[in-house]
Amino acid sequence: MDHNKKKTYLINTIAVVSLYLVFFVLIQTKIMNNYFVGIAIMTCIMIIMAISLNIVAGFLGEMALGHAGFMAIGAYASASFSMALIDSGLPLPHLVVLILAMIVGGIVAGIFGFLIGTPTLRLRGDYLGIVTIGFSEIIRIFFINFGPTGGAAGLKGITRLVNFHNVYWVTIIIVFLVFTLGRSKQGRAIISIREDEIASEAAGIPTTRYKVLAFSLAAFFAGIGGALYAHYQSFLEPSKFGFMFSIEMFVIVVLGGLGSLTGSIISAIVLTVLPEMLRSFSEYRLLVYSLVLIIMMIFRPQGIFGRSEFSLTAFIESLIQRKNIKNSIDGGEAS
Amino acid sequence: MTVLSAKNITMQFGGLTAVDQFNLELNANELVGLIGPNGAGKTTIFNMLTGVYVPTMGEIILNDQSIIKKTPHEIVKLGASRTFQNIRLFKDLTAVENVKIAYHNFIDYNMIQGMFRTKKFWDEEKKAQEECMKLLDIFDMGEYADTLAKNLPYGQQRKLEIARALASDPKVLMLDEPAAGMNPNETAELMETIHFIRNKFDITVLLIEHDMKLVMGICERIIVVDYGKTIAEGTPDEIKNNPEVIRAYLGD
Repeated sequence: MDHNKKKTYLINTIAVVSLYLVFFVLIQTKIMNNYFVGIAIMTCIMIIMAISLNIVAGFLGEMALGHAGFMAIGAYASASFSMALIDSGLPLPHLVVLILAMIVGGIVAGIFGFLIGTPTLRLRGDYLGIVTIGFSEIIRIFFINFGPTGGAAGLKGITRLVNFHNVYWVTIIIVFLVFTLGRSKQGRAIISIREDEIASEAAGIPTTRYKVLAFSLAAFFAGIGGALYAHYQSFLEPSKFGFMFSIEMFVIVVLGGLGSLTGSIISAIVLTVLPEMLRSFSEYRLLVYSLVLIIMMIFRPQGIFGRSEFSLTAFIESLIQRKNIKNSIDGGEAS
Repeated sequence: MTVLSAKNITMQFGGLTAVDQFNLELNANELVGLIGPNGAGKTTIFNMLTGVYVPTMGEIILNDQSIIKKTPHEIVKLGASRTFQNIRLFKDLTAVENVKIAYHNFIDYNMIQGMFRTKKFWDEEKKAQEECMKLLDIFDMGEYADTLAKNLPYGQQRKLEIARALASDPKVLMLDEPAAGMNPNETAELMETIHFIRNKFDITVLLIEHDMKLVMGICERIIVVDYGKTIAEGTPDEIKNNPEVIRAYLGD
């Protein structure tokens, strides 16, 4: 790791920690009431969902419209697991239960991602989109009819283990992991499939394996998102994980820019907070929401950030540079 | 020593026989040209040799191993790589990233090490960067390393595609019309480059080309196909005077 990289890590760590401290103070001093904390938690969960969907939609460049299905699998699997674990009476701290539940939710969703991805990734584009919608609907209807998890009435009595503090750090870790994935040899292989599948195969990349890997990883992180959602809401109903929810996630990713993680984060924040802010004019809410999307697609069809990332280090450096130029100009005038 | 051989390979698309009982023997370190009129089946032969198509009949042996029914990436691993007639670069990635993708199999760390950025990740990435830069420097493309592939001039894109094909360390390099769309100066430069890489990397080169000056200028052996069949084979001088070849190109 060279000097520049260390600097980048340092700056980003400082930014992440100070953002956390700001929220920490706001929550402790009750300036942020429970309603706002709730929005913040949902925003973090949506960031995880958008980031994980970005692995398939952005890196791999495939249309996956069934992300809510994997979230549902993760949510139900982790909730069942944590309920069983707490019922068993083992004296485990809540954080440990949550971490185990997240791992279970992630792995179960990841396995389903693998099982669904292996046959369906032979399809491309719209066809894959339709098949993934189909699978997520199957999952939803399965949970409506599945007695042990409450069926259509929903799964009640999940211990609420998620608060802002743990969801924030989980989000940061997942963003970091997906970011580094995109810059590893595996990420490059996945991106090369997006760029040109035939060339990728001719360059020696086992494309089928990497497609399934990308799909399973996306499902894995979606499962973690689902686990957090389950242990925040403490109640799960299958109807929440419908087709519209998958579309909502896809819109976030497209709006932020396919392949841009910072774009996904920003648009997840905007598209989660905006509907809440517009709640008071609820009759215009959907109108404004769709207007934002239309304007966006006209003026910036590639999304907020396109495929590039926002770099804090580069931003700070450009600020310093501008200041230096300004200083030298001022200095020049003085002499 | 034979590096790549094809025995009686035939490719039928429905009722159409695109390639009919084609035979090929490539020896180590040879520079062979594959020519023929449009639609003669040259690219189909390439696609069979690189695993894109599975021949209807026949056998292909690469380094003493059959590659029939192997996928293209497995064939790359066994030592045959190619370029495309219409350039197929990863357009939104930089030149050096393009090469690094083909260098994939020589980078040794797993996904977990990559995601958590262990020391191994940094070491291997550093090595990959250096090796890929070396390769770009051979093509005098070092200055373009961080340019997006789509922004490169046409000639450089062609060269980058060859560099990418070489990154997987092939024994046989197959070039599909490398000089297509180049002006005479660029073609002349390309001829030198092909000669140079053949000697430098000690590889066998098989190329499809329509530019007769290039083919006659650098190929040691030429195979002429028409209607999916070999109609002539020999040194450039033999081919130039072969009546069959003249007839195929000019008609009776």
